[in-house]
Amino acid sequence: MLANILQNLINALQWGSFYALIALGYTLVYGVLTLINFAHGDVFMVGAYIAFFVATFLLTTIGLPGWAALALTIPLTMILTSVVGVTLERVAYRPLRRKGANRLYVVITALMCGLILEHANLAILGASRKAFPPLIQETVYNVGGVVFTNLKLGVIFTAILTFLFLHWVVTKTRVGMAMRAISYDKFAVPLMGIPLDHIIVVTFVLGSGFAGLAGLLFAMSYPVLEPYMGALIGWKAFIAAVVGGIGDIRGAFLGGFLLGAVEILVVAVFPSSYRDLFAFSVLLIILVFKPTGLFGIAKTTKI
Amino acid sequence: MLRRYSVHILLILAGGVLTYLAYEELVSLYILSVLMFMGVNVILSASLNLVNGYMGEFSCGHAGFMCVGAYVSSVLGVFLFAKDKVFGAPLLDPSLALYAFPFIILAGGVAAAVAGLLVAIPSYKTRGDYLAIITIAANYIIISIIQNLGIIGGSRGFMGMKSVISSMEDVVDLPWMPIWVFIFTVFTVWVLRRYVSSTFGKGVSAICQDEVAAEIMSVNTNKIKTISFMVSSGLAGVGGGLFAYVIGYVNPGSFNILKSTEVLVMVYLGGMGSLSGSVLSAVLFTVLLEALRPLQIIKWIVIPLLLVILMQFRPEGIMGNKELGDVFPWLKKFYKFK
Repeated sequence: MLANILQNLINALQWGSFYALIALGYTLVYGVLTLINFAHGDVFMVGAYIAFFVATFLLTTIGLPGWAALALTIPLTMILTSVVGVTLERVAYRPLRRKGANRLYVVITALMCGLILEHANLAILGASRKAFPPLIQETVYNVGGVVFTNLKLGVIFTAILTFLFLHWVVTKTRVGMAMRAISYDKFAVPLMGIPLDHIIVVTFVLGSGFAGLAGLLFAMSYPVLEPYMGALIGWKAFIAAVVGGIGDIRGAFLGGFLLGAVEILVVAVFPSSYRDLFAFSVLLIILVFKPTGLFGIAKTTKI
Repeated sequence: MLRRYSVHILLILAGGVLTYLAYEELVSLYILSVLMFMGVNVILSASLNLVNGYMGEFSCGHAGFMCVGAYVSSVLGVFLFAKDKVFGAPLLDPSLALYAFPFIILAGGVAAAVAGLLVAIPSYKTRGDYLAIITIAANYIIISIIQNLGIIGGSRGFMGMKSVISSMEDVVDLPWMPIWVFIFTVFTVWVLRRYVSSTFGKGVSAICQDEVAAEIMSVNTNKIKTISFMVSSGLAGVGGGLFAYVIGYVNPGSFNILKSTEVLVMVYLGGMGSLSGSVLSAVLFTVLLEALRPLQIIKWIVIPLLLVILMQFRPEGIMGNKELGDVFPWLKKFYKFK
């Protein structure tokens, strides 16, 4: 019984880690720009594909051993994915922001960018699924009936480290202070001599970089890649970010784990086709009772 | 005199020509089905425009309500008027199907309006992006419930609507589906036009401008929100019901978030708060989808790219928040549409 609970808990933590990593990217961009970056789930997908190409290149063409390939794949994937994210920002979002277009039009542009990424991938690489090469030897541990692998532990620890790092960036560094300032007042901040576009680019680098990391970890855990893998997980991660209170790093992290836990627990008790039904009903109820999410601050509206 | 009735005459003429063309089979079945999808898309985008355009909320779960309408009206139709493996022999005489069909579609609309309460009640307290999440969640919940209802086919889908249509055609030999789609499209646009120009419509745009100020000015915001959400989702249900009968087969997978995205695109392409923009963009979008069909998968790169470019150069959509009569004032001489 206890082993069963612990087993589900570990599964939930691992599954929630992916949601948390993606939700962090949503919440960073939202906190700074109040923009729902709907292309983020697809940036995650692109990250997984970049990781696939980098890892295959390092393993087969250069012939590095697995651990060295992994050590190189992580930074390369993060850098290349953040290039994709920043390109989206430069090409699609910034011109609209300069024009002062309604926020919702930027959201629609983001949705369209996501569709372009998905289908460009489908058109270029074809519909065949890609198998991710194994980078590290998976070891299975069995402690008192609880089964876990070193990969699962790695995923959970990476998510926690990422959270701590981003929390440190936002609360302790100068860039983070500028981010918080922008989310507080977008018009006064440039007058104080803070380079607005610079900070926004940094935000996109951080968000997309960690989406790339999530893509790499996801591809290592579930080694089948397909172009639509980012869409559903992206929407769900966005929901996790909102339930946590969008714009708050702690909220995104907690919301991701909460969603992962609910999904795993539902599957443990009910048939798996009930997963979405229960997960979304729980989230709906949370939002009805806490309309601004778990960590969200209710803003008083002035007239 | 002519100015007063010009729209009526034009609509009757258009409907008559459409019926004639379909009856004499002068247009191919393909073009006819594209025209019918056009009508369904007009219903969907116009009804979503009430919430996303006029009320200024961001609802991205419109396909969920469409799904409710589609399932309720198709199950009801098959249950009453067709022989089916699950429900057995028809309950009523199939020759009555012709008279009952509009009520079946409207019943789907009413059911979808009730499902709209799922979004309307949380919207009393929740706004903006949090409400957007509730609508996405509602979409997922509705699809998930239907996937788990084994009796109506679950995720395999539900069919049998074609026999209802053929029993209608047995009674009076006319192409009924194009006629009903045309009538309901006109009905939807008329209802929405009446709604937004009524006192309620003024309340809706007051909520869009400033909810707190509207409430202080004695606008009953909760009541207006409830009614607007229910009208919008109910009309989406009507659209869904027609969609189900046009295709003759429904499955929950075709009402997922991508379908909602498609409707959202039509609304923003046409312009927030412009009914004629919604109608125009739904027509354009359907034509574009069909015209680019030979490109296959490239189609889904070209269409979003076109939209991104459109957003860069004309971010307010085709019509902005103006109606056709405001953009071309000389047109007002010829028609009056209330």
